[in-house]
Amino acid sequence: MSLEVREISRTFGGVNALSNVNFDVKAGEVVGLVGDNGAGKSTLLKILSGALQPTSGHIVADGEEVTFTTPHVAREHGVSAVYQDLALAPQRDVVSNFFLGKEVLRTGVSGTVFRRLDRPAMRSKVISELARLKTNLPSVDVEVRNLSGGQRQTLAIARAASWCERVLLLDEPTSALGVAQQAEVLQLITRVAESGIGVIFISHQMKDVLAVCDRIFVLRLGRIVAELDARELDAETLIGYITGAIVQDRSSENLERNTL
Amino acid sequence: MTATTAAPQTATTRLSAYGTRIGRSRNALTAGVLLAICILFTILSPYFLTQANWLNTSTTMTQILLLGLGQTFVIISRGIDLSVGANLSLSGMVAGAFMTGVLAPYESVGEVPSALIGAALAIGTGLLVGIINGLLIAFLRIPAFVATLGMLGVCSGASYLLTNGQSLSGIPTAIGTAGNYNILGWIPVPVIVTAIVVAVAIYVLSQTRFGERTYMLGDNPDAVVRAGINDRRHLVAVYAISGALAGLAAIIAMGRLASASPTAGANAELQAIATVVIGGASLYGGRGTIFGTVLGAAIVTVLLTGLIIIQVPPFWQVITVGVVLITAVFLDQQKELRAAKR
Repeated sequence: MSLEVREISRTFGGVNALSNVNFDVKAGEVVGLVGDNGAGKSTLLKILSGALQPTSGHIVADGEEVTFTTPHVAREHGVSAVYQDLALAPQRDVVSNFFLGKEVLRTGVSGTVFRRLDRPAMRSKVISELARLKTNLPSVDVEVRNLSGGQRQTLAIARAASWCERVLLLDEPTSALGVAQQAEVLQLITRVAESGIGVIFISHQMKDVLAVCDRIFVLRLGRIVAELDARELDAETLIGYITGAIVQDRSSENLERNTL
Repeated sequence: MTATTAAPQTATTRLSAYGTRIGRSRNALTAGVLLAICILFTILSPYFLTQANWLNTSTTMTQILLLGLGQTFVIISRGIDLSVGANLSLSGMVAGAFMTGVLAPYESVGEVPSALIGAALAIGTGLLVGIINGLLIAFLRIPAFVATLGMLGVCSGASYLLTNGQSLSGIPTAIGTAGNYNILGWIPVPVIVTAIVVAVAIYVLSQTRFGERTYMLGDNPDAVVRAGINDRRHLVAVYAISGALAGLAAIIAMGRLASASPTAGANAELQAIATVVIGGASLYGGRGTIFGTVLGAAIVTVLLTGLIIIQVPPFWQVITVGVVLITAVFLDQQKELRAAKR
C-alpha cells in the first residue's frame, strides 16, 4: 500500500504554488512535510485530501492512477485528513464524535426503518479502537469540551485513523499543545503507522518532525528541494534546507527516477 | 485550547459527570419553577386548581407545545423559525377555505371525510411552508432569522388575503366536536394527539441517527459537512418538521374555536421560542431536549391562563411571555459565562 504524487503542479492565476512535486508515502511509514510559510505545504495537503485539484501531474495509489475530485472521493481511496480545527462537536460525547457520519444503526426493523442508533455497539467499538491505539482518553462518555487540547487531538487522530485504510494526513497536530501532550500525540502517530497506515506529518515543530518521521520532504517555494533520512538529521541541518542555506544535489536522484 | 497539561484523569471524569448533571439539574430547575408558579396561582385564585382550568390550560398548551416541538429541532440545529405562528394561521385558513368553499355543505363528501381532507390540507400547507423555509436557508444560504421572518410576512399576508381578513365559520362540526371532546371528562383529544407527537419527538431526537445529526449540525456545522453528511437535506427536513407541526397545531386551533381565523397564530412564534429556551435549549445550537420543551410549554401556558384567572388584563400576557423569554436567555448566558470561567 502506498500513495505517490508524480510531477504535481498547481498554479493560482499565474503564480506557481507547486512545481513538479514528487512525493510518496508507504504503508507503516511516517513522512514529514516541512517548509516555511508559503512553501506550498497546505496546497499539497489540499490536493492530497481532494479539496483542491492539481493543474497538472497525478496521484497514484498502489500503482493505480486516481483522481481526488472531492474529499469524499479521497476518503473512498483510503486517504483521510485531520485539519487543525479537528472538526469535533464540543457538546457531544466521544462516542458521537467518533462515529460522526458513520453512525451504526440497529439491526432489524428499528434500524432499517426507524433509523435507531445502536449505541452499545458504537460505544464498545470506540473503546476497543481507543485501546488498540493505546490512547489515554478518560472516558468515552465525556463531552469533548471537557477534554484537554491533547485529548481532543488524540480523539481526532484516532477517529481518522480508525476509518482510514491507506494514508492519514496530519496538519500541525502538535502545534497548540503542551510538552507532555505533544509526546502523547507523537506516540499515537507512531502507533498509527505501526498499524500499517502511511502517515503524512505536516509541521513547523522541527523537534517533533525529527522525533517521529522516517523520511522528510522539504518544500521550498513550491518545489521539493530535499528528501532526507530523518535518522541521520539534526534540527539545524533541517532548518538549513528549509531556509535554502543548504542545497541538496538532487540531479543524481532525479536521473535515477527517470531511468526507472 | 482550555485545559491544562496532563489533566488528571479523576478531574476530567468528574467534569463529565458534571456535564450530564447540568442537563438533569436544568430540567429539575424548570420543573421547580413550574411548581412555584402553580403554587402561586393556587394561592391567588380558588379557580386555578379546578377541572375547568385544567381542561382549558392543557388544551391551550397543546397548541404552544406543538410549535415548541418543531422549534426544538430547529433551535438545536442552530437555526430559528419565526414563521411558525403565521404558518399556523395560513395552514388553518387554507384548510378552512377549501372545506367551506369547496366541500361544504358536506352532504356529498360527508362531515368526517371533509374534516380529514381539511386536516391533511392544513398539515400539507404547513409542511410546504417549512420546506420553503428550509430551501431558502440551506440552498440560498439566507440566514434563518431573515428567511423565516420574510416567510412570516408572506404567510401572514396570504392568510388575510384568502378571505379579506374574515374568519371562516361553517367548517365541519366533526372538527369542533373532536377538538372539544374530553375523554373520561378529563383528557382533551388534543392532549392525546400532542402526547403521541411528544413521544415520537423524544424517540427521533434521542434515539435515531436523524436526532444525533441534528445535535451535531448545531454543535459544529463544519464538522458535519466534513464528515460527508448532506447538511442541506438535513436542514430542509428540520424546517419541514417545524412547518408540519404548525399545520397540525392549526387543526387543533380550528377545533377549539370551531372556525378558522387569520389571527389564530398571532404571537405564537414568541411563545414557541420562549418555550424552547425556557426548556433549556441553547440559541447557539447543539443543546436542548424535548422533555425540557414540554416543561417550558407548561410554564408559558400556566402563565398565560393563570394571569387570566387572577383577572390581569389580557394584554399583559404577551408582555409576560416576552419578559420571561429574555430572563431565561439572560440566566442561561450567565450560567455559560460561569462555566467558561471555571
